[in-house]
Amino acid sequence: MQQQNIRDEEVELLLNDLIEIYGYDFTGYSGASIKRRISRLVLLDKFPSFAELRYRLISDKNYLARFIEEITVNVTEMFRDPSFYRTLREDVLPVLATHPFIRIWHAGCSTGEEVISMAILLQEANILHKSRLYATDINPLALQKARTGIYPLSLMKQFSENYIQSGGKKTFSDYYTAKYSLAKFDDSLKENITLSTHNLVSDWSFNEFQLIVCRNVLIYFNKELQDKALNLFDHSLERFGYLALGSKEQVKFSSIGHKYIQLNNKERIWKKIT
Amino acid sequence: MEENNMTAHYDLVLIGGSAGSIQIILKALQPLLPGNFAVVIVLHRKPSSDSTLIDIFGGKTALRVKEADEKERIQPATVYIAPADYHLLIEKDGSFSLDDSEKVNFSRPSIDITFESAAEVYGSAAVAILLSGASIDGIEGLQKIKTRGGLCIVQDPDTAEVDFLPRQALLSIRPDHIARPDEIGRILNGLNRKPA
Ligand SMILES: C[S@@+](CC[C@H](N)C(=O)[O-])C[C@H]1O[C@@H](n2cnc3c(N)ncnc32)[C@H](O)[C@@H]1O
Repeated sequence: MQQQNIRDEEVELLLNDLIEIYGYDFTGYSGASIKRRISRLVLLDKFPSFAELRYRLISDKNYLARFIEEITVNVTEMFRDPSFYRTLREDVLPVLATHPFIRIWHAGCSTGEEVISMAILLQEANILHKSRLYATDINPLALQKARTGIYPLSLMKQFSENYIQSGGKKTFSDYYTAKYSLAKFDDSLKENITLSTHNLVSDWSFNEFQLIVCRNVLIYFNKELQDKALNLFDHSLERFGYLALGSKEQVKFSSIGHKYIQLNNKERIWKKIT
Repeated sequence: MEENNMTAHYDLVLIGGSAGSIQIILKALQPLLPGNFAVVIVLHRKPSSDSTLIDIFGGKTALRVKEADEKERIQPATVYIAPADYHLLIEKDGSFSLDDSEKVNFSRPSIDITFESAAEVYGSAAVAILLSGASIDGIEGLQKIKTRGGLCIVQDPDTAEVDFLPRQALLSIRPDHIARPDEIGRILNGLNRKPA
């Protein structure tokens, strides 16, 4: 796919339009990545040039959701990085289990695979009934998909392999019903999940949690915005709570770094110590 | 060869390849002297083999070898390896960013993505090398490097374990060098600025 050449000034114009017209601020995102996403959208939606995309976005507020959907990267899978989930099972859930009530926040949950994986872990640890999982994302269309709990059956092989590698001992297919080419996850897994939009750039804390999971979202932010989001998490996390990031993301060099210790040196999970 | 004049200087060397490239990269890195450029390696491979690549290249060259961390500033005399399962992009301020978007040419990391974003930032100060490989990933990126005035090197297909990529590249690009494995390190050392 041949990318269109878009100039930095054009990206800047578009991002300013978004702030002024819609109140969405993407100026703290990593530039190279966002530029690529915009070029890609010009091609994908067959705009003759950047100018037509900009015009559409300015003049058609119904196009905004589509823009957000494609500008953000929503790639995800169940039990992504199985060893991460193994560490949750072995080292984090036993501690959470000692609480009478467990609150978990998945920030940037995309289409929901991550939060359903967590619900499965909690159910297997027999603590799902006393847990509430808040799953948020900036992208309303991704949340719509999450709400259905329905995924292509073709993905189940990969998800099931991940599940087994994460230490899952059950038959993975017991968690969903297959119909035609789709797999629908059990409603009992979704009962304790609350889905809602939340923008890490502009929305603030809405509860206090024992575990916050935000994976593969901070990589799209520049350092300043990363720091802002980390402060929001810090603010929303109980003392001795856990913060779990993506496999290439860091707490260490941020302004909250001194308050956290990493659980082990392989997985990106930190415990808040003060 | 004409473009490669005495005043040109290079800050970034990009190496892209897939199947059968590891030995070639080792050969290219071995004779390298720490100089003014950084090296970025984008290699198609199975996820989860990151530490192995660092083990393979580390200690085999006078340059520091590490995985490219997101938001890390690129430093000279360092070899950066693109982590498995993420695309590696280069920002205007000379730092890396990572992106887990859709695969490109069935690959993540994609050579095209890294080469293209490096071309935008480094322009004529970039060198790009395409090695052995079984897909077309890297060709568009190499074109972009060329358009922006960077130096292009393609491995001599006769010496490639999988010659598909270099052969396809040569159909659409006229590189500055078509190099055998043992020539690459020498060419790179020649690009290092002489101390004043
Ligand atoms: C690559 S997905 C990660 C999904 C999942 N956490 C995982 O690791 O598999 C990144 C998600 O972050 C969301 N996102 C991007 N910017 C955001 C923001 N400002 N606030 C909340 N979510 C955001 C995107 O919509 C996308 O769904």
